[in-house]
Amino acid sequence: MIYLNVIVAGLLTGAVYGLMALGLSVIFGVIRIVNFAHGEMMVLAMYGAVVLNRWAGLDPLAALPLVTLALFIAGYALQRGFLNRYIARPDHEQFLLLLALATVLTASLLIAFGPDARSVSLSYAYDSYEVGALLLDKVRVLAAGGAVAGAAALWAFFRFSRTGKAIRACADNQTGAQVVGLDVRRLYAVTFGIGAACVGAAGCLLLLLIDVEPYIAADYTLLAFIIVILGGLGSMPGALLGGLLVGVAEALAGFVLEPSLKSAFSFALLILVLLARPQGLLGRR
Amino acid sequence: MTAARQRPLAVVSVLLLLAALALPLFPFVDNYVVSVLVVALFAAYFGQAWNIVTGFAGQLSLGHALYVGLGAYVAGALFFHWGVPPWLGMLAGMASAASAGALIAALSFRFRVGGVYFALLTIAFAEFTRILFDHFPWVGATSGLYLPVSNLAHDDLLRLRGSPLMFYYVLLAMTLGGLALSRHLLGRRIGYYWQAIREDEEAAQALGIDVFRYKVWAMALSAGMTAIGGALLAFYDNVLFPDTAFAIGRSVEIITAPIIGGLGTLAGPLVGAVALTVLGEVTTRLGSGLAIDGLKQWLFGAALLLVVALQPAGLWPWLRSRLGIGNDRR
Repeated sequence: MIYLNVIVAGLLTGAVYGLMALGLSVIFGVIRIVNFAHGEMMVLAMYGAVVLNRWAGLDPLAALPLVTLALFIAGYALQRGFLNRYIARPDHEQFLLLLALATVLTASLLIAFGPDARSVSLSYAYDSYEVGALLLDKVRVLAAGGAVAGAAALWAFFRFSRTGKAIRACADNQTGAQVVGLDVRRLYAVTFGIGAACVGAAGCLLLLLIDVEPYIAADYTLLAFIIVILGGLGSMPGALLGGLLVGVAEALAGFVLEPSLKSAFSFALLILVLLARPQGLLGRR
Repeated sequence: MTAARQRPLAVVSVLLLLAALALPLFPFVDNYVVSVLVVALFAAYFGQAWNIVTGFAGQLSLGHALYVGLGAYVAGALFFHWGVPPWLGMLAGMASAASAGALIAALSFRFRVGGVYFALLTIAFAEFTRILFDHFPWVGATSGLYLPVSNLAHDDLLRLRGSPLMFYYVLLAMTLGGLALSRHLLGRRIGYYWQAIREDEEAAQALGIDVFRYKVWAMALSAGMTAIGGALLAFYDNVLFPDTAFAIGRSVEIITAPIIGGLGTLAGPLVGAVALTVLGEVTTRLGSGLAIDGLKQWLFGAALLLVVALQPAGLWPWLRSRLGIGNDRR
């Protein structure tokens, strides 16, 4: 029974991971840029939520729409004003470019907030629901609920809105999209904005579960990579599935083995999937 | 590429080499300057090794810390436990890293993992190994492996115990060796095959080049070379931790110098290493002068961003065309 509790807690955390990875997957799927500053963008969002909590007394969940919007605008501007120029460059140049960006982001946060861990105090931090024999932390349920809602909104956007459909057209065939008169560069900017908005929302939700410090960013960038590779780089359901898998794997590894071994588990999983099915569990080549 | 256009480059190279050899004669050179130059030479050497697999053969490896760590730990542990001489341990480290590189490359390329996926796979292998070493008590796990330090009156080159100046000369020799090897390989059949694979893998395959074999060779060679540097690093630092030896940050450092200097060029790793070391020193001075946490990293990141954004092909190709020296490809 205790295992079931661990698995469910892992699933709930995994949903938030999934939303974070969804952002990476959308960006890669459409723009074909690997965002090596993904975790850094999320940590930026987490600090945004911390600041709103300190100054305006906002709960991270109430800060979520604001932070998400801010991240969307920042992502849009970054792609429009800067990254659009580098979309056709070789992998290693893009890698170093985004890595330099990540370095500047982390250093800026370090300058602004110092190296110490920050957290928000929540009145309901230790509340929990009892469902049969299951014990669910309230924060985890809220975070997972928010993540699922975010993913659903994204799905609806890509399925029904004109812009969403246009972005999918870009992803399928960039030249074709240009031929029929779509403004590809603007759509790329919107896409990067959406990817950033995903990490914005995920950051606020994750703040319910963990403390934030500048140096955790790189770990989350790696985590996002593991998840999207597992699920299939560019596949949206794959990112969610990967998030859930990694959430459960981490929770179980932390419980059964040593906690410090939990990321070894994720990396081993990543190596196996890459070799056995490089397109990921739900991806297509 | 005429002889006359090559001449200024040759003259400058010889002058630089003479200055490097005569280093202790300069009045401003103290232990600090030597240690900074040692850092630069490590960056240049590792950069040259990485340049072979990514710059020449076009396979983006982001996990070269794995081979640094393997070289360092194999040589270090053999010395620590059984007193195996450093140079022998270095060979053992080189062999294990080359095998690891060949294995990773063979697995990836056999299963047709390429491009970004290959890059992420190399990170995964390096991180996985780092965590394994964190839980490997024979080499000290997370508490680290401390090599015994002996206070000798003079440098002992055979046992690699001595002053930073000795390490400076060893590294200088290794970097020159790496440069000569890179130059030699580029002019040979294998070098042309690598460049053909880098430019267009399908075309190379169509021409009958055994693409798989030459990519695996590039990785094995690059990994082995990297491990030699790693072993030297072990005896220079005298202490090893998995979280620094195998760190992803080290992989990033290794690839930064050649990319900044000019990926795939011979002098690129050297130029990049010098530029980065100077940049690092300047940002450290500025950062610690103002005593603000993170300012150093910020300046470094911003400068890096500028260089990559403005000179994506690297400093060396830019410098070369400005000065009108050398040929186009190297």
